[in-house]
Amino acid sequence: MKQLHIKFVSLFIGACMIGYGLILLPPPPTQTQNSSEITELLGGQTTIYNTTPNAFGQPVPGLEREQELLFFVGNSFFNQNWVTAPSSTTARDGLGPLFNARSCASCHFKDGRGRPPEFDGEAPTGFLIRLSMRERNLDWSNLPEPNYGGQFQDGALEEIDKEGDFLIRYEMITGTFDDGTPYELRQPTYTFENLAYGDMHPEVMISPRIANQMIGLGLLEAIPEATLLELADPNDADKDGISGRPNYVWDYYYNQLSIGRFGWKANQPSILQQVAGAFIGDIGITTSLFPHQECSPTQADCTNAINGGDPEIIDDDLLKVALYSSSLSVPAQRNFEDEQVLHGEQVFMDLQCNACHVMTLETGIHPTIPALSNQTIHPFTDLLLHDMGEGLADNRPDFQATGTEWRTPPLWGIGLFETVNGHTYYLHDGRARNLIEAILWHDGEAEASRDAFKALSEADRTALIEFLKSL
Amino acid sequence: MRYIPRLVILLALTIIMSAIVVAQDDVEALKQEAVETYADIVFASYEDSLELAVELNDALIAFVEEPSEETLATAREAWLASNEPYGQTEAYRFYGGPIDDEDGPEGLMNAWPLDEAYVDYVEGDEDAGIINNVEDYPEITKDLLISLNEVGAEENIATGYHAIEFLLWGQDLYEDSAGQRSYEDYTTAPNAERRGQYLLVLGELLVENLEDMVDQWNPENEDSYRNALLELSADEAITKMLTGIGVLAKSELAGERIFTAYDNQDQEDEHSCFSDNTHRDIITNFMGVQNVYVGSYERLDGTVVEGTGLADVIAAVNPELNDEMLALLESADTLVNEISVPFDRAIVDTETRPTVFDTVFTLQDVGDKIVELAAELELVIDTSLPA
Repeated sequence: MKQLHIKFVSLFIGACMIGYGLILLPPPPTQTQNSSEITELLGGQTTIYNTTPNAFGQPVPGLEREQELLFFVGNSFFNQNWVTAPSSTTARDGLGPLFNARSCASCHFKDGRGRPPEFDGEAPTGFLIRLSMRERNLDWSNLPEPNYGGQFQDGALEEIDKEGDFLIRYEMITGTFDDGTPYELRQPTYTFENLAYGDMHPEVMISPRIANQMIGLGLLEAIPEATLLELADPNDADKDGISGRPNYVWDYYYNQLSIGRFGWKANQPSILQQVAGAFIGDIGITTSLFPHQECSPTQADCTNAINGGDPEIIDDDLLKVALYSSSLSVPAQRNFEDEQVLHGEQVFMDLQCNACHVMTLETGIHPTIPALSNQTIHPFTDLLLHDMGEGLADNRPDFQATGTEWRTPPLWGIGLFETVNGHTYYLHDGRARNLIEAILWHDGEAEASRDAFKALSEADRTALIEFLKSL
Repeated sequence: MRYIPRLVILLALTIIMSAIVVAQDDVEALKQEAVETYADIVFASYEDSLELAVELNDALIAFVEEPSEETLATAREAWLASNEPYGQTEAYRFYGGPIDDEDGPEGLMNAWPLDEAYVDYVEGDEDAGIINNVEDYPEITKDLLISLNEVGAEENIATGYHAIEFLLWGQDLYEDSAGQRSYEDYTTAPNAERRGQYLLVLGELLVENLEDMVDQWNPENEDSYRNALLELSADEAITKMLTGIGVLAKSELAGERIFTAYDNQDQEDEHSCFSDNTHRDIITNFMGVQNVYVGSYERLDGTVVEGTGLADVIAAVNPELNDEMLALLESADTLVNEISVPFDRAIVDTETRPTVFDTVFTLQDVGDKIVELAAELELVIDTSLPA
């Protein structure tokens, strides 16, 4: 009996010790046999762990309490609908007269990504068409289409005619991987219908654009300009077939040419200007940066409509929307220890995808949000322009970007689009229905990488895609 | 004899062990009870909301049939009363429950800000709105308003409590009072009859939406959300409960509704801007948080629906944490009731602004504490606003 008791006691104490040991032991190292070039902390110390549909809507950790509150104000102006002026809610009136959306969030749904309409007549959710003429202004900015301005607006206030509708038609292009597996790509064409303000100019140039996800923008803005210039190789001096050059665009805040960082053609120099540009172009809200409605000479109702103040969003609130847009966190990489994912990362590098989708960069000092400063980040972009070939071209220049050039889009968060926005449409116009199609559309400077992708075994292709989905 | 100390240790350990096991069983039972109490409270508060929405609808009908200062005053009283229980039900949002899942009516019932000029005339635009647009909308019907709310993602909702509020009070253009819409808007003003028709449709829709909510939480309805919730593990259900009150306290109430208005100091950047009833929105929202935590809801008739609350669950695992939460709730309770009335002046006046600011911080603390409560139960919740 005594022996038994002792055994029980020892057993129990042993069990307790194991229990305590489990509690006291340091957590297992996060990277055991990881041969990865990156860590899962894609956004450095500002990375969050969230894989829910709200994964893109989280503030970066480390905001000061005051900023955390201002983030709410920005969030409120980002999410809530703007209303017709005049209205009791004077801080929120001034919608339109012409617009694409009533709120930022209606295109950047859950701070995520838009898509093209899936059928004729479906109201666009985060998809619009830019318009311009062949001649340009002296500062290289685009001249608007004479009747419809710089952007086609398919929404308008109650008593004003919207500009019209557009239709998308896809021509199917077939091809095969080197192993014989067939694939099919969709090449879109666009036509305008029900035009309310006369004919579109026959020489109009159009560029369809998807609304981008909002994560990590403050980190991208904090990358020193010198870093981007180091990455640039405009004359392909290293003869790797990949040039990469910065766009220089007009900065309406500093009134000078500045390096472009945001937008599909790196056509915006700062988050502030990107936000103000979207307010005027997409929602019809004037700001101190863009104080005039973009009504064309033939749009008298637009010109004569009642406005919601001068400007319609005051600087104070505009800055809070910019703060909000600067401080949405990047979710951590998932499955980063998975063998297939690690192999996929190797394939990614073997194919030289990282020549443009640069894996690791350092941020400098962020002027207002200390948490974003001096971070090692994995954005998978160089923010530079690259010639992507004729197939993807919109043939519409944007400042120094030519009709075939596009900015390398960041890939962080790309595996969460489906969770957040419920779709997998990629590229500037959403023509690619999945990641494979998106890669297959790469051409121009990416031709060699694309061909190498086509030559991969199915297992390697799958590993590459799994790697992208882990981001 | 030399083994006695070991025996004592063994006995003591056995007692502690069994106490832990029993306590865990107790906690699991308490959790399940707390979920049941929650479901009862939700049902009771939606029933109350429906009852007063029906009274509101009756008052709207009486007003439109015979517009006068008296019938208008009665309708306004009914609107104010109807918001008392409804405000408390906002604690059941933010976790994809019946009120705001994909087909949830939250937007139809409570959308803000209201696009006034989309509905009716406003100062500076006398012909604005659906009511005055006879050409495009010859008849104002329920189907019309529903269809206008369903224009793809570009919905522009013109129904619900705030639309009714706008049609009863009109724009609040005055520093010292709420909106002053005259009953003559429903007698001699242009499109008076259409305005009345719009109001009647709004009342009817509101009642229908609340009937759905009552159905979803009715214990007698087999297909109810209530049943689905009770079938979840207690931890899953409690995650939802805590998410609802956490988001409401920290983000929606402290951040969106109070701080944004405080920061803007824009007189009408407030939730119930036409009736100047925002102070009650704040109080009733807060009561909703408290109801869920404590596990108690006072009905319209004064009876109390109560049972095991989240407070009891927390008290069983960490009494100190429960005390901290209750203390925070008490501070917040005092503060929300101290915000001076009307709210649109409280956010502008330098004497009253500090209380508003303190309320924001305290409600944020409540939200952060709710995250701690969840962590204590080994649950993870997110108090940021779902977009």
